[in-house]
Amino acid sequence: MSDQLGGGRLIILGTFLIGLALSQLPIPDGFAWYRPEWVALILIYWVLVLPHRVGLLSAFALGLLLDLIRGSVLGLNALSLLIITYLTLLLYKRLRMFPLWQQSMMVMVLIGINQLLFFWMQSMTGTTGTGLMFLMPSLVSACLWPWLYVILHGVRRTFRIE
Amino acid sequence: MKDGRVYLSLLITPLQWLVDLPSRGADRLSDVVVDRATLVRDNERLRTESLELQRKAQLMAALTEENRQLRGLLNARERIEAQVTMAELIGINPDPFLHEVIINRGFEEGLYAGQPVLDAGGVMGQIISLTHYTSRVMLVTDARTAIPVEVNRNGFRSIALGRGVLGELELSHVPDTADIQEGDLLLTSGLGGRFPRGYPVAVVSEVIRDPGRPFTLVKATPSARLDRSRHLLVVDYRRPDAERVLDEAEWRHE
Repeated sequence: MSDQLGGGRLIILGTFLIGLALSQLPIPDGFAWYRPEWVALILIYWVLVLPHRVGLLSAFALGLLLDLIRGSVLGLNALSLLIITYLTLLLYKRLRMFPLWQQSMMVMVLIGINQLLFFWMQSMTGTTGTGLMFLMPSLVSACLWPWLYVILHGVRRTFRIE
Repeated sequence: MKDGRVYLSLLITPLQWLVDLPSRGADRLSDVVVDRATLVRDNERLRTESLELQRKAQLMAALTEENRQLRGLLNARERIEAQVTMAELIGINPDPFLHEVIINRGFEEGLYAGQPVLDAGGVMGQIISLTHYTSRVMLVTDARTAIPVEVNRNGFRSIALGRGVLGELELSHVPDTADIQEGDLLLTSGLGGRFPRGYPVAVVSEVIRDPGRPFTLVKATPSARLDRSRHLLVVDYRRPDAERVLDEAEWRHE
């Protein structure tokens, strides 16, 4: 089955597309701060389980798309996603040994770094506000990680993506 | 480089349409699945509303004519009738720091950057970037935006600044002696050359005169329904001399 689907390349692409769609789904004003970083989460999963297939190049492309969605300067999200992908590539052997809750902690740190970098660079282009609410998505994403891991693991098993 | 961004944005345009699909579907569904009583009631309400508007339009014709004659007497230039394009909202910027919405018209329909956008209530904002089929509108409450206004009651001019808080504008540098009070309607003054004159922007909601501060703090609530409007009007407002004025200003600056 995996041969027919180009080794599941389409499936991986599909999960990323769903992530991109979720990350621009309109939600009520007050909840905007609690939107999980879908793309970063899905990216971390695929880098964690298939580091030889999903890596820096995918991170860069996804980052550019996110930049277009958020209307930020091209390359800001690309850079922050590149950095957390690099960190995940350094850590993936250890991360795989961790139980899910411990992975969540690491995911929180990784997404926190992503948020910090992105909003720090945003503030350089003059578009930002005050407060630390922008770190909220890292907490929400960490809470979502176990469920996302289980779902994507199921997807990977079903389509035998290696 | 800027063109590159436009073409890249074409990649995500289908995605934006896709994300908007459920809410558009829900809209259509609620149009189809509606009971007769509601329809009759709506019809009744719309008919009275239309009658009322027609009455106003009759007055308007007379007033326009009078205004034209008076302007003729004063040797003033006639006002330009603005062209509008209907647009529909298809997305909002997920970044909570930025107040931007995405509409379903781009430069294929002849829109341009800096174009004012209105809804039924008043000024929504202005277009800041475009692709072929979509454009990004920066709302008046965005922290990066400022809009020249005047008080409808007495013509007092000021500048309304967005603060990055939805539903709140602030007037900058209002002297303590200025005649401004709660409930005053703020209209665009047309001074910046970006927005046509006379569209409602906000209603003054709070005036704080603190002797310890150099200026009065004036807060206002936007009259456009920034977080709810789905149907927007994009006004084609190109003042023939706007560019010349800008050029002159730049020249003086240098």
